[in-house]
Amino acid sequence: MIVFAAIGEGNAGLTRLIIILVYLSLLLLLGFFASRLFRGTKKDYMLASSSIGPFLLLMSIFGTTMTAFALVGSSGESWKDGIGVYGKLASSSGIIHSLCFFLIGVKLWTLGQKYGYTTQIQYFRDRLNNNAIGLILFPILVGLIIPYLLIGVMAGGTVMNQMTDGAFGKKKGGPPPAIQGLSENAPKMVSIYKDILSSMEKDDSAEIDAKLKAASAQFVELHGGKKPKPPTPQNALPKWMGSLLICGVVLIYVFFGGMRGTAWANAFQTIVFMVLGLVTFCYLGYALGGQEGKGLVENLKAATAKVTPENKVQSQIEQWEKISNLSKNEKTAVAAGLSARRAAPPKELKEYTTRKEMSFLVFVTYMFVPLSVGMFPHLFQHWLTARDAKSFKTPVICHPIFIMIVWVPCVLIGIWGTTTTFSGTPNAILIFLVKTKTGAVLGGFLAAGILAAIMSSLDSQFLCIGTMFTTDIVNHYYPKRYTDRQQILVARLFIIAIVIVTYLLSLGNLTSVFALGVWCFSGFSALFPLVVACLYWKRLTVQGAYSCVIAAAVTWVYFFTQAYQSDNFRTYTVDIGEYQTMPVFWMILASTIAMMTVSFATPPMNEGHLHRFFPESKNKG
Amino acid sequence: MKNVVWGLVILLIILHQDFWFWTDKRIVLDFIPIGLFYHALISIAAGVTWYLATIYAWPEGLDDLTAEQQQPATGEDDK
Repeated sequence: MIVFAAIGEGNAGLTRLIIILVYLSLLLLLGFFASRLFRGTKKDYMLASSSIGPFLLLMSIFGTTMTAFALVGSSGESWKDGIGVYGKLASSSGIIHSLCFFLIGVKLWTLGQKYGYTTQIQYFRDRLNNNAIGLILFPILVGLIIPYLLIGVMAGGTVMNQMTDGAFGKKKGGPPPAIQGLSENAPKMVSIYKDILSSMEKDDSAEIDAKLKAASAQFVELHGGKKPKPPTPQNALPKWMGSLLICGVVLIYVFFGGMRGTAWANAFQTIVFMVLGLVTFCYLGYALGGQEGKGLVENLKAATAKVTPENKVQSQIEQWEKISNLSKNEKTAVAAGLSARRAAPPKELKEYTTRKEMSFLVFVTYMFVPLSVGMFPHLFQHWLTARDAKSFKTPVICHPIFIMIVWVPCVLIGIWGTTTTFSGTPNAILIFLVKTKTGAVLGGFLAAGILAAIMSSLDSQFLCIGTMFTTDIVNHYYPKRYTDRQQILVARLFIIAIVIVTYLLSLGNLTSVFALGVWCFSGFSALFPLVVACLYWKRLTVQGAYSCVIAAAVTWVYFFTQAYQSDNFRTYTVDIGEYQTMPVFWMILASTIAMMTVSFATPPMNEGHLHRFFPESKNKG
Repeated sequence: MKNVVWGLVILLIILHQDFWFWTDKRIVLDFIPIGLFYHALISIAAGVTWYLATIYAWPEGLDDLTAEQQQPATGEDDK
């Protein structure tokens, strides 16, 4: 009823806020029901008593690996660079993630059930027969998860803030004043863009770049020497409150529901963001296709047909012609000013339907980034929740297909977005399109979908850190001192502490944290050789394992420092002559070489100990 | 057959590096760029390959193994 009242009042921000709050309430309810099934044991709280079947395992693993990037980042990257983002991140993940589930997940599940592991570090300590390896890995793994958590908490706050624009009253101060001299200057913009079109016919890239710069200079001059800032949300839910709400909801259902609550919530949220992603795709397809009265397919065709560099210029020409006409009339001058502020010139003109501007070697070496899932501690914990080994088959088969279902529509939405005059940051394109091209109700549902993608990763990470602290530090150094209930209490208290620390960190001015995502993944990938060697290579020694971790850490810090010094976190590459490569490739190479060289140079591990992990190959040497 | 499955996985990784469609502007089904369409097919092919892997390359004896049957032996809890 309240939603209908908000719609009736025409308050889109309030409508979206109410839908988001209803969604968050549903999640709390789900956590409450999961807590009713809690058996009171540590294994139940941390691993849902290894009772998760194939469907729930698929949904919870998929939900955990898909972050906000799956919806917001994929459309943003394709808006910025074109369709190449799908091959670079999505189809490669479809192959590599399933490979990790198959070769690492199943084997770790078997060993985990056999020897009673709850965390990755327990396995490494046992396999290497060495306690100190846990002390080295614990801060590294937690250190790599914290920025990942921060990205989710901050993204949640930003989405809530953007989507509730105007929820608590009308914007202050009314629209900005009309721009002086717009009617004289708008035709100049039209003329520059027409010149760009003729340069494009001649295929003269130098001339096109020069004219784009001229368009940019003219645009800045038109706005009094400064590029206008994109409008910021007013009377919206503040970012800090949005982040607080997200943290609070996740904390409550993780606190009470443990791993069962997390798995249920993940499954529910995965369904939500997959369905809403497809609904948004269809709706935006209609809106951006612009073929009124025609079917979805016709509109999809029309939307893609517009995606050419020429059309991008043409849309600017049409926009500035409209502004020129509006600005001649006193009554419409304010509207002309608003449009003129938003119509920033494109920095460059790309062929968004190809990968023309993408480096081939960056594309190839990007395939090493998804190896990170083999070392995600939260994924390790999810693997151990499986009821039986058979349950892994469904995630292994369906994961690549699910990635396709989520990513292909988002990538298409991103390239369609290039035909609009949107000029903000890439991650804002989806929110911009939803706010401007769809109704308040769909916007609210999509906001819930984006939050679902964010929270389905946050919950597993919070639970995992609590589990690691309890198991690898408290229970490891004070064995048998605490009862199951006391250990659950320690885990819960540590989860609360981590949520508070993450939330407080998210309040700082940490805009660059969003660029840290690929660095977190690269760090986990650099440790990937360690888990593979532990599982499949008998000749690995403790010294070799240490060398692997040290080489991974040293190369990570080196490349990170280089990126920091060049102020280029997001797109830093290791250049060999004219060839660009991803730093992750060199990190994995260094950690593998260090691990193998030192392992061969040191005496092999005790055969009797190794037999526990390689029973079938005792006599093969 | 197990080797064929692993051969297919390697083939998928090679086919993923599709320099042959790098600058191809063609649109498939009138709405999806060929570079994107091709990689969507790679995702489907990955699903099929992993389906074959679960049939022909699945570790022996695992299908009957359940968490309930397993008794923790010498994990951390027992040390």
